Amino acid sequence: MIEFLLNQTPVQLDAVAPNMNVLDWLRTRNGLMGTKEGCSSGDCGACTVAVGEWMDGHIHYRTMNACLLLVGNLHGRHLITVDTLTDAKELTVDQLHPAQRALAECHGTQCGFCTPGFIMSMFVLYRNEPKYPGKKKIIDALGGNLCRCTGYRPILEACEQMYQYPRSDDPFRQAAEAFFVQRPKQTPSLKYNGQNFYLPQSLADLLVLKARFPGARLIAGGTDLSLEFTQALKSFQVIISVIDVAEMQQFNCTGAGITIGAATRYADFVPGFVEHYPEAAEMLHRLGSAQIRNAGTLGGSLGNASPIGDPAPLLIALNATVVLASVNGERSLPVEAFFLDYRKIDIQPDEVIVRVEIPPRAEQLTLACYKISKRMEDDISAVLLAIAFEQIEGRMINVRTGFGGMAATPVRALQLEASLNGQPFTEQTLQTAAALIPAELKPMTDVRASRHYRLQVCQNLLQRLWLERSTDTIARVSHAAL
Amino acid sequence: MRHFETIVHDKSAAAVGRSLKHESALTQVTGRARYIDDQPMPGDCLHAYPVMATISCGKITSLDTSKALAHDGVVTILLADDIPGINDIGAVFPGDLLLAEKEVCYHGQPVLLVVAESYEQARRAARLVKINYVATSAQLDIHNAIAEQDWVRPPFQLQRGDVEQGFAEAPHRLHGELSLGGQEHFYLEGQVALTEPTDDGGIFVRSSTQHPSEVQHMVAHALHKPMNQITVEMRRMGGGFGGKETQAAPWAVLAALATYHTGKAVKLRLARCDDFRLTGKRHPFFNHYDVAFDDDGIVKAADITVNGNCGYSPDLSDAIVDRAMFHVDNCYFYENVRVTGNRCRLNTVSHTAFRGFGGPQGMIVAEAIMDDIARYLGKDPLDVRRANLYRPGREVTPYHQTVEQFIVADMMQSLCDEADYAGRRQAIRTFNLSSPIIKRGLSMTPVKFGISFTVQHLNQAGALVHVYTDGTIHLNHGGTEMGQGLNTKVQQIVAHAFGVDPERVAVSATRTDKVPNTSATAASSGADLNGMAALNAAEAIKSRLIDLLVNEYETDADSISFENNSVRFDGGEISFTELASLAYVSRVSLSANGYYATPKIHFDRASATGRPFYYYSHGVALTEVEIDTLTGENCVRRVDVLHDVGNSLNPAIDIGQIEGAFVQGMGWLTTEDLQWNAKGELASSGPATYKIPAIGDTPAQFNVRLFDSANPEHTVFRSKAVGEPPFMLANSVWCALRDAVASVTDHRHNPALNTPATPERILRAVTEEKQWLQAQEAVHAE
Repeated sequence: MIEFLLNQTPVQLDAVAPNMNVLDWLRTRNGLMGTKEGCSSGDCGACTVAVGEWMDGHIHYRTMNACLLLVGNLHGRHLITVDTLTDAKELTVDQLHPAQRALAECHGTQCGFCTPGFIMSMFVLYRNEPKYPGKKKIIDALGGNLCRCTGYRPILEACEQMYQYPRSDDPFRQAAEAFFVQRPKQTPSLKYNGQNFYLPQSLADLLVLKARFPGARLIAGGTDLSLEFTQALKSFQVIISVIDVAEMQQFNCTGAGITIGAATRYADFVPGFVEHYPEAAEMLHRLGSAQIRNAGTLGGSLGNASPIGDPAPLLIALNATVVLASVNGERSLPVEAFFLDYRKIDIQPDEVIVRVEIPPRAEQLTLACYKISKRMEDDISAVLLAIAFEQIEGRMINVRTGFGGMAATPVRALQLEASLNGQPFTEQTLQTAAALIPAELKPMTDVRASRHYRLQVCQNLLQRLWLERSTDTIARVSHAAL
Repeated sequence: MRHFETIVHDKSAAAVGRSLKHESALTQVTGRARYIDDQPMPGDCLHAYPVMATISCGKITSLDTSKALAHDGVVTILLADDIPGINDIGAVFPGDLLLAEKEVCYHGQPVLLVVAESYEQARRAARLVKINYVATSAQLDIHNAIAEQDWVRPPFQLQRGDVEQGFAEAPHRLHGELSLGGQEHFYLEGQVALTEPTDDGGIFVRSSTQHPSEVQHMVAHALHKPMNQITVEMRRMGGGFGGKETQAAPWAVLAALATYHTGKAVKLRLARCDDFRLTGKRHPFFNHYDVAFDDDGIVKAADITVNGNCGYSPDLSDAIVDRAMFHVDNCYFYENVRVTGNRCRLNTVSHTAFRGFGGPQGMIVAEAIMDDIARYLGKDPLDVRRANLYRPGREVTPYHQTVEQFIVADMMQSLCDEADYAGRRQAIRTFNLSSPIIKRGLSMTPVKFGISFTVQHLNQAGALVHVYTDGTIHLNHGGTEMGQGLNTKVQQIVAHAFGVDPERVAVSATRTDKVPNTSATAASSGADLNGMAALNAAEAIKSRLIDLLVNEYETDADSISFENNSVRFDGGEISFTELASLAYVSRVSLSANGYYATPKIHFDRASATGRPFYYYSHGVALTEVEIDTLTGENCVRRVDVLHDVGNSLNPAIDIGQIEGAFVQGMGWLTTEDLQWNAKGELASSGPATYKIPAIGDTPAQFNVRLFDSANPEHTVFRSKAVGEPPFMLANSVWCALRDAVASVTDHRHNPALNTPATPERILRAVTEEKQWLQAQEAVHAE
């Protein structure tokens, strides 16, 4: 059985298909039609809901795409849908939540289909930011909500306007407080037609389960795996969710480096991580959308073995290690060695990715991490280039690269690294090295970019690196999402 | 037919001209606004899903449905032979099949229909059907189609003056070509229909459609039933943009077919990825132009060819390519001109209406020509644009309609002053000189867009207005609400006519049994047509009320005025509610239908002359962009728009249309990249690979102002259509990007930049410009 709070109503479930997502569950089992299906692939945000969790002594709400979120993952959490923000029978503007009122008053609705998703993103923004946080944060919060009608200008205005109204109490507040006072105790699971969904609460339990069901699919945020359900229409006999495994939730930074638990959501580790690696901040803020970063994890990205996942090239450049565990113990290997071939990784059926370890930052480290995509926000990279090296007396040493979108897996370019190692950090060195890229990397032409473009951009990005780090030249466009 | 004088005298008290919120705003923000998929369904409602072909061209040799039929919950599987009526839903010409019979014409074409107890079961079972084919060679390249004259409809030509002589006499000549990408509508609510049997053998259809009457007709034809047994209702769409003009019908008809065979309610909703594959897009075009001009850049002769990629069938392509042809002049007078339009047949889904309806694909050619001439002559493109504008003495279009309103020059001047064109042009030149990597571009482009359906008989509309005895008003009209605010505008018009608060007027779902035989809500015509029809209905009731007051109070009809929920007359005043009650007890009808047909328009296809458009809507945009010459990444820094909506019915809604259209047009020209693979399968089949603008793409500075100018024609309250025209303001984005690319050669060379101008295409253009520069330098060195 799992237990959660749906708006103001505690819910207990035990017979739900393990692959049932929250969007379908709301709409087909509960008649809650406010949450809309725009794409069912986490790309449009029309189904955005708020999910509340007990964190550090208070309830923290974050947005997620209901189409990617499995019902089982709601256990111990508070699900808020648009239907509950106002309980007035007769609607007048002053009975609306400030986010709703502002969007209506600023003419931020046209067809209205994306509107509930925007409202939920604005609602969470309003809860988490006590006053207007500026346009950059608004864009960060709303980049995963697509609107085809308005051109967004009135929505941006509404995000400012909502702070002008009196703050009202939320109708669900009491129910939420009562729910989190008595957090569910039992080991949660779901069973349906011989299919099982498990939510182990500890690493030990997880490893035992994985040994018992080696064919089981692991899920964390589901931001990639859920597409197997909604697009490929697959279903699995056993799904094991790792989101409650305490040992996999960590983010530690010590003299020994940084450790990121495999089930730690981007939103939970990125702020701490970019304190140490501010050069990666842009890429990590452009990784998916807020809804995706609120659910997605490093373990998920690595485990799904996508050649175009954004974190892997960065981790490779930072010489990170992935740590796997099974009931027989732990082993670790470099991230680049973890990727064997297209969608193939070095993992045994009983193993689980538990964490990623990044060595301490070298004092003289230069790091660059460039993501190139058709659209700045919420787009998959055509090319991702990460490069890290130390500079000792003007020379580059310990050069490490990581490329995404340039091969069947995230890869290093060893010849490129060799040609840079020991060389002075000059435009000429980088230019000479860049010329080696077409011989070393063999990217494909696909829907995101041609092979030619990928190669040309990689070469040019080394020039950008030089210009950004050694000159005053403006080397980036002034896009609002950067 | 009556045309009422509809000038707003006092804007402060009137309902028309006010920025009222969208009539559904509060239900939308609370999630209470119901779309079709949100409607409560009968308990035994079934779900239908199409089985899609997996080749682009060929013959079906066999079908195996055994596995699908054995799937849990599957009720039946229907094929073309199960259609009792006509298996063709071509809107204008035949050729759009509901289900493929023997031949497959595009990858994804529906072949069968699975009907099951749940949506998931229907979708899963549809994938279990095995179809065997003999594939034949598919037409997948527009250049091949042009070479082979493979058309879905015959070519058409417009001509004025003597083009050959123009070319012979002019001192300069340029030619160019331009490939334009298509565009997926990406309405947030996908295609959906819900059909229910009625107890008299009819079918009640809910369809997310811009054209309920056509859905009614198609269901009737396919099921071989009289139209009076089919009723179609549509309350609101979650976006349309032209993508639900003809493309909503197949799903409604298929659902109705399943209802016909099962006797049960049936829902058909396409998953987003299948919506991408199964519905037509904006036509990709390949255009080329040959122009001759004098030293001032004045066009002496233009020979322009537009080739629309129509997909496999005619659908609306004849009118779409016509509209492209009608807009290759935009605001510019070509002294001698020939325009050729070809309708190319390719083995893809049949391309269809999309905001602008071919206009954008034609109009952008005019802007390419102006920029090319300017760079060739070393002039500022704005000067060349101004020199070529239509003006008295130079006012006849290639289709021989006389331009009668010349406000574009004033609008351009006004925007130049407001947005400091000259200062910014200089600042950008200075910036580019000092910035080797990031380059800025600037462009001002105008829009002149013809308003009316180019098929004359479509320019009609009906409305139904009831006044109840409590003084509230029920409004129904033939138009459909897809977010554009049509219902709000028509509500304002009716409230204005009766002098009551807009809240008293309730707009109801569009229904074929309330207002029959309607046209699609398309061609930006919604408020022009339906607003006037509703006004005519209101005025009919008002004239009865006036007669009643004249009789009852022996007052002078001219003294009667309807204002502030009240009716004043010489010698008294009565509340509107009291008047409604009085009319009822006096046995005066409080219900009327209204009708409107656009005057003045005509077009003779044989001579390619006439007046296809009642009037033109205008706009001017000034856009500043930035490109990264290392990656092609780009952004729009600032946009200033001045747009002509006549007397605005609702400024907030009009500005919303302008901003939304601009961003949608920007998406078409920049990030929205439709790609078909070598087999003819859509490769960009979902929002993961097809990128519409996101919130950060909104121009950082986005200033939109309405140009203060009444429509000289007698439109409803002298307003103008607004849905499509501002889409083409985004041409300024493409021109500005090209301007930024051209800065690499100091604007000495015209860059090739096909659309969408993705980072990849921009980088390619930059690279070509650098190569041109090197070649020039090499020549110099020798």
